[in-house]
Amino acid sequence: MSDVELHHQADLAPGDEEGVSVQLRVLGYLIGLGLAIVLTATSFFIAGTDLVWQPSIPVAIIVLAIAQMGVHLVFFLHITTGADNTNNVMALAFGLLIVFLVIGGSLWIMANLNQHMLPMDQIMQMQR
Amino acid sequence: MSIAVAHGHDADLIGLEAEHPGPAPKRIVTGYGFWIFLLSDMVMFSCFFAAYAVLLGQTAGGPTGAQLFNLRNVAVETACLLFSSFACGMASIAAEERNYLWFQIAMAVTCLLGLAFLTIEFREFADLVARGAGPSRSAFLSAFFTLVGCHGGHVSAGILWLLTMMAQVSAKGFRADIRRRFLCFALFWHALDIIWVAVFSVVYLLGSAA
Repeated sequence: MSDVELHHQADLAPGDEEGVSVQLRVLGYLIGLGLAIVLTATSFFIAGTDLVWQPSIPVAIIVLAIAQMGVHLVFFLHITTGADNTNNVMALAFGLLIVFLVIGGSLWIMANLNQHMLPMDQIMQMQR
Repeated sequence: MSIAVAHGHDADLIGLEAEHPGPAPKRIVTGYGFWIFLLSDMVMFSCFFAAYAVLLGQTAGGPTGAQLFNLRNVAVETACLLFSSFACGMASIAAEERNYLWFQIAMAVTCLLGLAFLTIEFREFADLVARGAGPSRSAFLSAFFTLVGCHGGHVSAGILWLLTMMAQVSAKGFRADIRRRFLCFALFWHALDIIWVAVFSVVYLLGSAA
């Protein structure tokens, strides 16, 4: 059994960590928790503040959210860029591609249609 | 001569094993399969996010997000889910160490924080409906209830799964198959927290900033 495990030590399931001590693993989760708290608190602070240039707020919130998702992926889900994690990362990259296409594509198409459509009251007039 | 042959044979074997390590253990395959399910779940959520973003302005003369959302509630919900994710991580460590007591304590904390999250969310929904801002009021509110409600539904299912895992570990111990199930549960719970990050940023913070 230990022989088999030895051969497969290179493989990692998502959520797995290589054989490290309990203290180090707890520390990893604590670092993740700390970073997530800092990022969350910053987002909530920025959303309600008058201190910064207002149009920058949505951009800042989105950037902070993406950063926090990265923190969760690395510290909680243990997705790393190691060679043994390639399958997990490739699946994640494909998922992100689809997410980007769905959200970006929908917003783009709908904004474009909105721009080319007459305002609703004019459409109503034409139908009379 | 015979030594040399034996040595060559050994080297061949080592080369073979490095190139063909054989099928991956079940735990790897299970975790990878569940990871793909989670990614497909995220794709589903991205459709709801896209619908919400498109319908954001379609309030039909009804209330907008800025008038409805209570950010203090959302902050408490976020804290509940974040700390329950951390507690779930502690349960993962306890499961790997086969420490029964700490596993059950960490899972109970995860469960309580998840229930607190659900309670706050349910009260928020009930309050919105009571104020006449239910899902049928406008396209914006339909999209809002679908997106946030779908996440809440996932959390509810996750809590049922969590209680099942606590019962299975207490009945069957840390058997290999039980630990695989728990690995999947931990992935599910952490992924829900990632989706909540997107929800509170896009729906609540952007909604009340705009």
